[in-house]
This record gives sequence, C-alpha cells and structure tokens, in this order.
Amino acid sequence: MIPRHLQIAVAVLLAAALGLSLYAWRMRNSAVATPVQAVDTRPLAPPPAGPTEKVVLYVAHDEDGTLRAQSAQIPLPSGRQQRAEELARALISLYLDKNSQHAIGAGSEVRSVFLVDPGEAVIDMNSAFADGHRSGVLVEELTVASLIHTITANTPNILKVKILIDGKERETLAGHADLSQFYEVAAVDQLASQLQAGQ
Amino acid sequence: MASTIHWSDDTSRARRPGRRHTSVTGLALLWMAAVLLWAAPVDKHLSVYSLAANYSVPILPREGRDYAGLLEILEPLGRVSAKMDGARWRLRYNNVEANFVAGGSRVQILGRDADLGGKFLLENKRGLVPVGSLASLLPRILGGPVTLHEVSDRLFIGSVATHFTASLSSDNPPRLVFHFSGPVNPSIANEPGAIHMTFSREPLVAPASPTLTFGSKGIPSASYSESNGAAVVTVNTTVPVMASFSNDGRTITIAAAPAAQAATAAAPPAAQSAAPPGPAAPAAAPNVPAPAAPRYFAVVDASHGGDDHGETLSTTLLEKDVTVALARSLRQELQSRGITTLVLRDSDANLPLDQRAVYANADRAAIYIALHAASSGRGVRVYSAMLPLAGDDHGPFRSWTTAQHDWLSASQSTANAVAGELQKRQIPVKALAAPLRPLNSITGPAIAVELGPQASDANQLMAPDYQQLVASAVATAIASVRDQLAGAQPAQ
Repeated sequence: MIPRHLQIAVAVLLAAALGLSLYAWRMRNSAVATPVQAVDTRPLAPPPAGPTEKVVLYVAHDEDGTLRAQSAQIPLPSGRQQRAEELARALISLYLDKNSQHAIGAGSEVRSVFLVDPGEAVIDMNSAFADGHRSGVLVEELTVASLIHTITANTPNILKVKILIDGKERETLAGHADLSQFYEVAAVDQLASQLQAGQ
Repeated sequence: MASTIHWSDDTSRARRPGRRHTSVTGLALLWMAAVLLWAAPVDKHLSVYSLAANYSVPILPREGRDYAGLLEILEPLGRVSAKMDGARWRLRYNNVEANFVAGGSRVQILGRDADLGGKFLLENKRGLVPVGSLASLLPRILGGPVTLHEVSDRLFIGSVATHFTASLSSDNPPRLVFHFSGPVNPSIANEPGAIHMTFSREPLVAPASPTLTFGSKGIPSASYSESNGAAVVTVNTTVPVMASFSNDGRTITIAAAPAAQAATAAAPPAAQSAAPPGPAAPAAAPNVPAPAAPRYFAVVDASHGGDDHGETLSTTLLEKDVTVALARSLRQELQSRGITTLVLRDSDANLPLDQRAVYANADRAAIYIALHAASSGRGVRVYSAMLPLAGDDHGPFRSWTTAQHDWLSASQSTANAVAGELQKRQIPVKALAAPLRPLNSITGPAIAVELGPQASDANQLMAPDYQQLVASAVATAIASVRDQLAGAQPAQ
C-alpha cells in the first residue's frame, strides 16, 4: 500500500507535468512573436568620482561611416578591469546623448567588463543595447569596432574580445555583426584603421 | 548462508514501497520530459519543385495540423497579391482570383466553390492553408498538375520530377552508377556500412522499387526514402566507398575507395558534402577544391527572409524584400554577361546562415555574393570576411568558423574590383572587412554588398533604376575578374 503522502506527491507531480505540457503547448501554438522594442528606463550607474584622466575614445559617425578618435577627460579607477569598464561606459554615454552621431537604443548599458588573463576580455552589455540597436552591417560593425577598439587601445595586452548580452552569447548584434565568436584584437585594429581612413 | 538470504529478503520487502514510489516518481518525471520534448518546436519545411524555381517554405503547426503560407508558395511562380478585408482574404495569382474566409473551410476560385479540407487561417495578413489541401487547391489556381508527397512534405508543380536508374558494373571492384534525368548535387555523408545522398533541392522521385538489390558483396543494395522535404538514397556497402560526379552532375558513381585512402575516406565527403549543420556547428570544412565541375559560376544570396526581416528600412520597406529584388536584378545582369548564377533565396523563405554556406559550398561556385540593404550610410559598402579568432582546425580541415581563411585574399581582390567599378559609376562606396556570417564559412571567394541610399530616402533602395545601376556595376566587376575567380585556388 502506497502511503497517502506519497500518493499526494505523485498526484502533484502529475498535475505539474500536465500544467507544464499545457503551457508548452500554448507556447508552441502562440502566434508569430512581434518584435518588442526593449527599452530599459533604469538610470545609468553614476560615474566614479576621483581624479580624471585623458583617454582616447573611438567614436562612430553614421553619416560617413567612419570611426574618429576623440579625446575625453573621464574619471578612471586604478584597477585595470574597472578602467576598461569605465572606458566602455564613457563611450556608451556618448552614444546615448541626443546629439550623438551614432545613436544606440535607450537604456543601453555596460553591465561589466571582465579581463581574463592571458589577454582575454569579455564585455557584457545589457539586453537594451542589443534589442534597441539599429540593424545594418555597417551600423553594427561601427558599434562593435568602436567598443572593442576603445577598450583595447587604452588597455594594453588584450588579444581577444568577446561580447555578451545579459551574460549570454548572442548570434548577432542586430541581425548582422557576429557576436558568436571571439574577436581577434589585431583584426579589429585593422578594421578600425580602415574605418578611420574613410574620414 | 541461509540467514543471509533471509536478511536480504526481509530488507528488500521492507524497501519495496520506497522503490515503488521512486519508480512512480521516475516515470512521472520521464513523462514530463517526454511531454516537454514533444512540445519543443521542430523546424519543418515544405520543399517546392517547379520549372520556375526550387525552394522551400516553412510548415507551421496550427490546430494539430500542418499549415503553409499560400503567398510564400506562389510568390516565386508568378505575379501574386493579396488583399485583406476583415475576415476575408482575396488572393490574386496572375489572372486567377481566390476568395478565402478566415476560419472557413471553403474557398471560391474563379467563382467556383472548393473544399479546403481544413480551416483557412489568417496570421499577420498571411493566409495559411492546410498542407494537405495544396494538392487540390493549387491546380485550380495554377491551372496545371500538382503532386503532393504529404508524408515527406514535397510538392511537385508541373512535370518537374527527376528520375534515376542504378546499375552495377561488373568491374572489380564493382562500381554502382546512378544516372539521373537532370543535374543533381546532393549532400553526401559516409558512415560505416552506408553512404547517404540527400537531395534537398532536386525533385527526385522514387524508382519502381524503393529497395534495389545488386547481388554484390561490396555493394549489396540501395534504398530510396523521403522525409522532411528531402529524398535520400542510401547505398549499403561492406567496403569504404567514395562518390564522384560526372556528366554535368547527371551521373554519380559509387566506387570502392583506394586502399590507401580507405582510412580517411569516411571523413572528407561528409564535410565536403556540407550536410546542413545542426545546433552544434559543423566541425570542419575542406580547404581542397572538390572534384566535380561547378554548376553555377556565381551564387547570389539574398540575405534575411521569412521571419528574419533584416532592417525595417521604412514603414513599408523591409531589408529582406530589397535584397531579393536586388538578387534578381544581379542575376539578370550576371547572366547577360554569360555568368551562370544561382539565387539562393528567391522567395520569402527562412534560410539559416549556416545553411546558406552549406548550399554555396556544395555548389562550389567561383564567387559567393551576399546582398544586404541599410537605411544608414550613403552609397554601397562591399565587404570581405573579418574572420573570428581561429577555431580548432583538424589536419587538412579548417574550422567551420574560419573556412574562408584560405580564400580571403581572393575575396578581398574581388571586393576591391567591385568597389572600383561602383566608384567609376559615381556611386559612393567603401570596401571593408566585416564580421558578417556566413562569409567566414564559405570555401571560395566570397563578398557581401550592402546597398545604402545615395541620399537620405530609404525608398530609393527599392527603385529599379538604382538597383539596376548597382547590379550592373557589380556584374561588370565580376565579369572583369572572371578568369581570376575561375582559377582561384586556396592559399596554403
């Protein structure tokens, strides 16, 4: 004779299974998903306080499809990883400005940058960055190149870079630029030169 | 000894309810997993074969049945338009008008009623009909014979079937020779004891008997089967074999591999045939030219398609529509210069990126051209691949993600030639590298062309004269480097 509490447990499990299968069935039959523009309205993290340093940001310009070096004075922490994070944040905040030459989706944010020795960097962006990004080969390439080149040009000894979205790998940024692989910094440097030469 | 047995017996009796409970729980969990696996969507598609084009459209499971979009099926075949008025959906194909009602199971074609055998569905202005109804519905709209292989999701419009015969030569070792009524280019995969030829794009039909026996020790039999939009011919073998093509793709010969190559015979054809990669991307792509002559000189790939719209260029214009129009224009321009051209996506169909590379590699074309469109930037951008960090190469095989490596120089030269020609025609142009799939997986010269407006009006992207101007420049450039492309070899 099976004890009553075990019978109840099995019944609950079966009910859960039935519920899950019904849910999965509904999901399967749901209509074609309409793209939802994810807008993250959370405020950006405050910039770090402290002494400022002069850095060079590589800023994308859509009008002529170029990358231009632009000096900026930003507060930078002493840690290598935190510096890389702040560089990326400074670049993203430029793009979020209403007068930006390369506007990106509202709410775009750098979640964190991890530097893993030897020579590996992982840039983790939030989902608003990818979901709100405009689609197009050049426009996506400009974002990727400027982000990677800004970090690697100011942070020596990085050889390869991976971009994650919300901590997860994503196939493309907005349908074009490949995010599924590691970028080789030497190749991005070459691309950045090409994009700067187009000025 | 006896006491031990009794002890064990008592213990097992004491544990029995717990074990039963564990088994019941385990079964429940297994059932849950099975239900969830069952609920996971399976990508199915309907392969359509016609004189105009061979293509595939997605199959959508609705209300327990398989449905397909009628517009997607008819688009490559002729002039088609649809109008929605509440629950009514009016389809016009050439001069034939068909009236459907959402939720209804009847259709009025040229004023005559016909049964659909299932509900007509409207989704996002798309009319969906049960796949099973296509055999009776399409002949009324198209005015010609249509054959549906419903079990395998294959649709034959008109007399397009490719037939084949198989005969075993008496040579030693024996050779099995397949003769096809039209050119074929199957994916070929080897495994111990069998070689599979998968015909995804050819309207291959079954021989008189689905199983052929040859009475040979080396190659005892072959069988024909169909499933999920493809026909598969499996040759059972007891020795390692290799397939070779001849007679412009109308003959495939299966012969024993030379003993020295026997050890390696299994791997190369699988990679060379470029079987569609699953979620685990293909491990390798070959960096050696394939033996058979290519059927097409150029493969033009209209990027995006189906659910993947690409960029929304304006309120009425999607990137996927611009690329397909530009692809057709480019095909015309290339063919007028004597360059045989295959357009990979000639309808509004889903085509995964890896699948595009697989098709392009299987066709062994001299140049692969992916087409994109964008509202930002001015003029045209011509891209060659920016390869990701090298993957794991295996001996002579390149990683799938860097398969383009040995062809990069030829791709860059071609991109520069195209950019030069566009510049001559006063079109603003840039030649760049781009991290753009599937360029990195193409085993041959490969470029991408991104069409941008000359001014700020994105609607110019669909203007026939602008598209023709760009297509003509690209085609002229390809024609000018035709000899280099035809003789291009992988850099070692």
